[in-house]
Amino acid sequence: MSNQEITLDVLARALLESAGADEHTELNNEVMDVDFDELGYDSLALLETAARLERDHGIELDDDAATSAKTPRELLELANSAHSAGS
Amino acid sequence: MSETAVVTGLGVTAPNGLGTEEYWTATLEGCGGIGPVTRFDASPYPARLAGEVPGFVADDHLPNRLLPQTDHMTRLALVAADWAMADARVETAGYGEFDMGVMTASSSGGFEFGQNELRRLWSKGSKYVSAYQSFAWFYAVNTGQISIRNGMRGPSGVLVSDQAGGLDAVAQARRQIRKGTKLILSGGIDGSICPWGWAAQLASGRLSHSADPDRAYLPFDPAASGHVPGEGGALLVLEDADAAAARGASVYGTIAGYAATFDPRPGGPGDHAGGSGREPALRRAIELALADAGVPASGIDVVFADAAAIPELDAAEAAAITAVFGPYGVPVTAPKTMTGRLYSGGASLDLAAALLSLRDHVIPPTTNVSPAAGYRLDVVTGPPRPAPPAAAGAALVIARGYGGFNSAMVVTAEGTTDDSTEGTRKGASHE
Repeated sequence: MSNQEITLDVLARALLESAGADEHTELNNEVMDVDFDELGYDSLALLETAARLERDHGIELDDDAATSAKTPRELLELANSAHSAGS
Repeated sequence: MSETAVVTGLGVTAPNGLGTEEYWTATLEGCGGIGPVTRFDASPYPARLAGEVPGFVADDHLPNRLLPQTDHMTRLALVAADWAMADARVETAGYGEFDMGVMTASSSGGFEFGQNELRRLWSKGSKYVSAYQSFAWFYAVNTGQISIRNGMRGPSGVLVSDQAGGLDAVAQARRQIRKGTKLILSGGIDGSICPWGWAAQLASGRLSHSADPDRAYLPFDPAASGHVPGEGGALLVLEDADAAAARGASVYGTIAGYAATFDPRPGGPGDHAGGSGREPALRRAIELALADAGVPASGIDVVFADAAAIPELDAAEAAAITAVFGPYGVPVTAPKTMTGRLYSGGASLDLAAALLSLRDHVIPPTTNVSPAAGYRLDVVTGPPRPAPPAAAGAALVIARGYGGFNSAMVVTAEGTTDDSTEGTRKGASHE
C-alpha cells in the first residue's frame, strides 16, 4: 500500500473521518492551496488526520512536519514522500 | 455594576425532558426518565438502571466538525449552552470576548470518550488513539468547548466537587460577576454511563441494585437503598443585575445566597472531633447560605433536597433541615427521583427547577417515595403542590458531593419584578 499514491480524495476522506467536515466547504481540487486555517482544520485535526494516513497507508509521518503543513497540497506531498513504516 | 447576579437564561438536557419546558412539564406531571441502561450492556453489573437523556441526536444540533472531538456529555453541554444563550436573548455582538466567561462543574470528565481511546491504545496501539483524547476526556472540557464555540474568553474554569459542583460552579460564576464580568454561562452537564464510569460509581457503594425504575431511587423512604445514576443537567446564563436590567432582559431570579462546608473523613486526619460524634457540617452550610441571602428560614418557600437515598445520609440531611426549619417546617422536594442523580449536573438542574418553581408558584413532586415518619420532613409527594405566591419567593437548593462536600444555595424571585411591574419576568413559552 505504501507505494500507492495518496490522492486528494483519500486525504479528504481522512480529514472527514478524523476531524469532521464543514457543511460549506467541499474538499476538491480548488482547495489544494487553501490554508488549513481557512478550511477550519487546526493542528490537532492535522495530527489526527496524519495518524489516520499512517495507519491506513503504512507510512510514518513526523508529527511536527504534519502539523506544520499549511495546505492540503503540502500535506499530500509530505505523505507521498514519507517512508514506509519499518523500512 | 451591582453586587447581584441574576439568571436570564436556562438550557436543560434531562433524562425526563430534552429542553427546559419539556423537562419542566414532565417534572410537574411526575414523569420519570429512569430505565434500563441502553448506552452499554449493563447486564453483567449489579446496577442496571440509569437516567438517560431521550431523543438526543447530536448531528441535529451541532456542526459535524465537533463530533469527532466530543464526548456525549460535552455534546449535551454544548447544546444546553446554545439553548441557555438563546433563552437569555443576549446580543453578544455588543460584548467583548472578555466580558463573557464559562464556569462549569464536572465530576469525571468525558469517560466514555476516554474509555474508547484507552481500549484502542491497549488493543491496537498508540497510533490508534485519537489526538482529541488530549482534551476530550478531562474535567474542564465542557468549559473549553463552550468557550470556543461562543467566543467567551472571560474568567472561566471548572469546579470538581462531585454533586456539590452544580452549586459551587454557579457560586464561582457569581464571584466573577461581582468582580465585573458581564455574563457567565454556568452550571453542570455531566454523565458517564459507560463501563468505566459505572465501575467508578459502583465503587462508591451508593448505587441502587434494584431493577424496578419506580423502586430504585427512594430518598427519605424506609426502602432507600442507593441511587440511580443519570446524565444531563442544566446550564444557566448569569448576568450582572444592572447589565441585565439595562438591556431589558427578562429574569428568572437572583442567586441570592451560597455557602459551602466540608466534612472530614470519619477518623481521618481532619477529624479533630474524633469520629462519629461530630455533627455533619451541612446545617452550617444551610445557615450560612440563608445569612448570605439575608433571608430568614421562614422566608424559604421550598427546599430542593440533595436526597442521597442512603439511610445515614438521608437522616443527616433531614436532621439539618429540621434543625434549621423545624420539624415539617418547610416543603421539601426531590424531583431528581425522576432523573436519577446527575452528578455535577444534578444540583444545576435543581437550580433550574427552583427558578421555574418560583416562576410558576408550584412545587414539583418527589415521585415514588413514601417518606419515613422518623425524618419529620414535609416531603412533597403526589401531585405538584401550589406554592403561595409570596411577595419574595425564595428556594433553597442543597447538594452534597462524595467525599464531604456540602453546598447550599438560595435563589429568590428578586429581580423578576413579578411583584411590581409586568414585562420582564420570564414567560413560560420561550421554547
